[in-house]
Amino acid sequence: MASVSLAAAGPVIPDYSAQSSSCVVHNHLFCTDWISHNFSPILWPALRQHILLALAAVAIGFAISMALALAAHRYRRLERPTILVTTFLYTIPSLALFELLVAPVGPNVFSAEIALVSYTLLILFRNILTGLRAVPAEVLDAAEGMGMSRRQALWRVELPLALPAIVAGLRIAVVTIIALATIVYTIYDAGLGVPIHTALGEGPFKTELIAAGGLAILLALLSDALLVGVQRLLTPWARTRAS
Amino acid sequence: MKTEDTAHNEGPSAFAQAAELELRGVSKLYPGQREPAIKELSLTVPAGEVCVLVGPSGSGKTTAMRLINRLIPISGGDILLGGESVLEREPKALRREIGYVIQQIGLFPHQTVGENIATVPRLLGWEEKRIGERVDELLALIDLDPAEMRTRYPSQLSGGQRQRVGVARALAADPPLMLMDEPFGAIDPINRARLQDEFLRLQAQVKKTVVFVTHDIDEAIKMGDRIAILREGGVLAQYDTPQEILTRPADSFVAQFVGADRGLKRLALTTLAELKLIEPNGLRPDESADGARRVPRETSVRDALSTLLSAGGQPLTVIDGEGRVEGLVTLTLVEQLLSEEAANANANGNGNGNGNGNAADGG
Repeated sequence: MASVSLAAAGPVIPDYSAQSSSCVVHNHLFCTDWISHNFSPILWPALRQHILLALAAVAIGFAISMALALAAHRYRRLERPTILVTTFLYTIPSLALFELLVAPVGPNVFSAEIALVSYTLLILFRNILTGLRAVPAEVLDAAEGMGMSRRQALWRVELPLALPAIVAGLRIAVVTIIALATIVYTIYDAGLGVPIHTALGEGPFKTELIAAGGLAILLALLSDALLVGVQRLLTPWARTRAS
Repeated sequence: MKTEDTAHNEGPSAFAQAAELELRGVSKLYPGQREPAIKELSLTVPAGEVCVLVGPSGSGKTTAMRLINRLIPISGGDILLGGESVLEREPKALRREIGYVIQQIGLFPHQTVGENIATVPRLLGWEEKRIGERVDELLALIDLDPAEMRTRYPSQLSGGQRQRVGVARALAADPPLMLMDEPFGAIDPINRARLQDEFLRLQAQVKKTVVFVTHDIDEAIKMGDRIAILREGGVLAQYDTPQEILTRPADSFVAQFVGADRGLKRLALTTLAELKLIEPNGLRPDESADGARRVPRETSVRDALSTLLSAGGQPLTVIDGEGRVEGLVTLTLVEQLLSEEAANANANGNGNGNGNGNAADGG
């Protein structure tokens, strides 16, 4: 399997000869000198790849989910089949899905993205549709009664009101995908999964493991906070309840 | 410009002429149902008058209202607004010309009060400056401080304020016709009475043609220039002025619907100011009769009667807005009013063509 061959390829504790500090040689918990030496060559490229992988997956997944949700919002009978398919995709074990895609698509970024996107669909579709359905009937009645077209009602009333539910879905999707992207390395050499996997080698190299894993966690938390901020900016009306 | 297709090019401060509304043999049959929801409904609402559609549930009053702005497609007959058939209009353009107020108000929670009121003007493509002026004008009209209220969200308003904003939003593009579906139904009784009074004052200023749906006959009597009483199956039982309906109900259904206390309800239609009050003999203008209570001249005869009864039949002093004495009202005076009305009713003849919903009578 790909993972096995990759694991065998790299040294467990990189041999930096003259550079290696005693901290690194003795594999202490966290060696700051290793970080400072390896952030640019190893960690930063991995982090950048990780961000791009996750961003592309969530963006594509959001576009597909939005289209599906709008269709299911208009034609109710589309909801069940869509839920069925997206739930099925969601339940496929991630490692298996990655490997399954390698045969038809190849061990490349496309396989990685197809797998990641398929895990966003259920979350995003459900949240967007729930948000659209939660718009009060009287609000829609007023919109129609004042002469809005379907499209105007959608853009001016339904989507803005569904925004909190949509952002809630995006937050779950983003955190999920950032975590999931750490196993992309099994089929495609990119993302924070690569240094994590290297560090795990034989007798884990603690500094690299903590640094790469920590970056993945930090990225998830920061993305989540960013989305909360975006939502607060876009929905000032949702904050005014108490006054 | 897009504004051309509306009936109001006079600028923000003008209120355009209301339009006459005529329903001609209007029917509504929902697919898959045997009995029509509305059956051959014909009535004319003169421009600038309030027509209340009232009836028990299942009488199709809301359906009838929603046929007018084509939220529900019509099955038969025709509806004319200002002499033009609404069926020949593009539904969205038609709706932008008809104010629409519903019981749950349906303010957009994500928009400020100002943005809510600006909805139809925006759809019509008014310039921002004109919209801003219009919003401020309407907020002032409904007694809300524009500077303070314009930027509030609906969740920051009281129920009564929301309802007023709903009315202002419906008035924004100065429609010749307003449709109001139980607009005060969700408000507590005290605030409802205040909103009703406020709306009547507003209506005296803007003089719109209004179709007002309610299930509450007291509200109908209070708000309506004319009342259309519908019975189950969407059949018009009587279309007439409140006075006529209370004095001469067309049939037993109407009599039962307006209630056994219709005599009292009739008294509610007259205010003390309309009575020939008893001269306050020997009283100086700002003095009360000994032991008498003071009531303002705008009080309805019904309320005055209630006060008279609880005062043990002692005469009441009627005062004007400045507190000056206008005269006295006694139980005898109320009795006189009742007997005069009864005499009038007999003189006009009974049961003479009131039940057919023709707008020509009762005027």
